[in-house]
Amino acid sequence: MQVAGVVTRLAWRNLWRNHRRTLIMLGAVTVGVWAMMFMTSLLRGMVTEMVRDGIEGLPGHVQIHHRDYRDDPSVVNSLPPASGRLRAALDDPDVVAWTERVRVPAVISSERESRGVTLVGIDPTAEARISFLGDEVAVGRLLESVDDDGVLIGRKLAETLETELAKRIVLMSQDPDNEIVDRGFRIVGVFDAAIESYEEQFVFTGRAVAQSLLRIDDRVQEIAVLGSDFRDIEPLLTHIRGAADQRLRVDAWYELDVYLGTMLGVMDGFVLVWIVVVFLALSFGLVNTLVMAVFERVREIGLMLALGMKPAVILAQILVESVMLLVLGLFCGNVLALVTVYWLRDGIDISMVAEGMELFGAASMLYPLLTTDDMIMANAVVIILGILASLSPAWRASRYEPIEAISKV
Amino acid sequence: MTAVRCIELCRTFIQGDQKITGLDHVTLEVEKGEFVCLVAPSGGGKTTLLNAIGGLDRPDSGEVWVAGKRIDQLSKGALAEMRLNNIGFVFQAYNLIPVLTARENVEFVMQVQGRPAKERRELAENVLAEVGLTGLEDRLPAKMSGGQQQRVAVARAIVTRPAMVLADEPTANLDSHTAEQLMELFVELNRTHKTTFIIATHDQRVMSYARRIVSLLDGRIVKDQQQAT
Ligand SMILES: Nc1ncnc2c1ncn2[C@@H]1O[C@H](COP(=O)(O)OP(=O)(O)OP(=O)(O)O)[C@@H](O)[C@H]1O
Ligand SMILES: [Mg+2]
Repeated sequence: MQVAGVVTRLAWRNLWRNHRRTLIMLGAVTVGVWAMMFMTSLLRGMVTEMVRDGIEGLPGHVQIHHRDYRDDPSVVNSLPPASGRLRAALDDPDVVAWTERVRVPAVISSERESRGVTLVGIDPTAEARISFLGDEVAVGRLLESVDDDGVLIGRKLAETLETELAKRIVLMSQDPDNEIVDRGFRIVGVFDAAIESYEEQFVFTGRAVAQSLLRIDDRVQEIAVLGSDFRDIEPLLTHIRGAADQRLRVDAWYELDVYLGTMLGVMDGFVLVWIVVVFLALSFGLVNTLVMAVFERVREIGLMLALGMKPAVILAQILVESVMLLVLGLFCGNVLALVTVYWLRDGIDISMVAEGMELFGAASMLYPLLTTDDMIMANAVVIILGILASLSPAWRASRYEPIEAISKV
Repeated sequence: MTAVRCIELCRTFIQGDQKITGLDHVTLEVEKGEFVCLVAPSGGGKTTLLNAIGGLDRPDSGEVWVAGKRIDQLSKGALAEMRLNNIGFVFQAYNLIPVLTARENVEFVMQVQGRPAKERRELAENVLAEVGLTGLEDRLPAKMSGGQQQRVAVARAIVTRPAMVLADEPTANLDSHTAEQLMELFVELNRTHKTTFIIATHDQRVMSYARRIVSLLDGRIVKDQQQAT
């Protein structure tokens, strides 16, 4: 313990011996750490926004279907309205919102064109809390109730069909007996979606209207559930799985949208790679500084060895000096990153560069997101790799010959 | 009891294509509590011999025994331990750690030994007073004269009451009054604690305090005489 005292004292004093060099290095570590964290927060912000848009695009955090629906998403693979234990689970407080949907393949035709789409019958009130359909529509109005017999189509689809608000279209699908059913609808609203493909794929109408068109009484194809955080849905998932019976299948968003799920995983790896790359750039400066410091101190290190300090303690002393520098740099870098992210909390407008990126599901406002996990990871990487990088100069110092130090030069 | 025993020590240095003799078959025995001066002209091998005894340099051949243990084969770590606990050093050229104050330099060895802070502080203060540095405890080496630095080094060497003190030209930068004071201090320690002193010097004043003078020339012992003080 006494040795620890002298080691930290020496390390600290030595650190400030060459003010200029230490401050430059400190600046470099600070900027490096800031860059690690800020860039990570931008990436995280972007991905979170994508996932959020993706989830809002319809899935919810958890979905319940008929066991066979995902293989054959047709009208026959339907469920009765939630009741009993399932209903109780859905009304649990950790469920933020839930809704039941009719969801079947259909063909939409204007007087000029036809397209295959997904017809979704919704309860507009419940839906508003889960998906983007709670937002404004570009033109026209939102659906008003389950009995609303207007349709909402995407802007892109409207262009393809060469139709517009207030025009009529025909929707055609099949009932459970494989009979063709069809009906004319009036377009009451045209929506914009963060993800452009949604504008082409989905057509919305009131749920009761869709049910009567498809002759399925009060049955639905999908129950969508929203929890509080998309990153932490396992408890919710388990809870609902426990309440759902054999014929149902309960999926998490990352199973429903494998692309989004994978993206989140890839991003974890990407963040780590980025942090390590920045650290590598830093480590050149760090190692160089230490090598110089150790070289300048041949004599006093030799003296300490001559007086009986163990080589291992010399090694520790250099490592402690390096860790002190890193901890100071980390502190400044962390603070700087937090301040930057706080300062940009209202988002960065990237619409100028985002045009082309909508394809990937990127939104035009970017909200930097600095998570505790990422901060811990960046700090841990810097400290652990920093110690590893300092080992070589520290080792060299501990191998000095005491005799070199105390003899005349 | 024998404090130091050197048997047939040889040490040569290679510089370029030249072979320089540091020690040439040196055999020397020093009893515990002796007060020995090593005397030689410059280059005679004083420092080389002290380094061998202190376990700082390994002889090419021969044996070194300190306090009954053979040390010339020990590992670096074991040698460090031996130095830390048995020997007080005053080096010829470089003695103080520049980032530590006088007091901290004196406390350094005790701190590495793991002694408690209060004891360290007390001992350091006393010994600094003994070498006449009261009031300079918190100075950094760079802010002290050569003589003052030398006295800090002496203070550090004796503060732990080591069994043996190896001092290489401890009076080199001192005026005769201070030099005398230091030597009195050494003699006092030698008498009261039976501390063994081996002092390399060409200073006549120092020699007059020694009870035994070993003369070296070109790495060989040429004279070894007792004298009354
Ligand atoms: N590391 C070394 N490399 C080469 N030669 C050395 C080395 N150390 C000592 N020598 C040589 O060995 C001889 C003995 O040197 P040493 O330092 O022991 O003498 P000294 O008696 O202490 O002299 P001084 O009074 O100048 O300190 C000298 O000729 C010196 O040049
Ligand atoms: Mg010498």
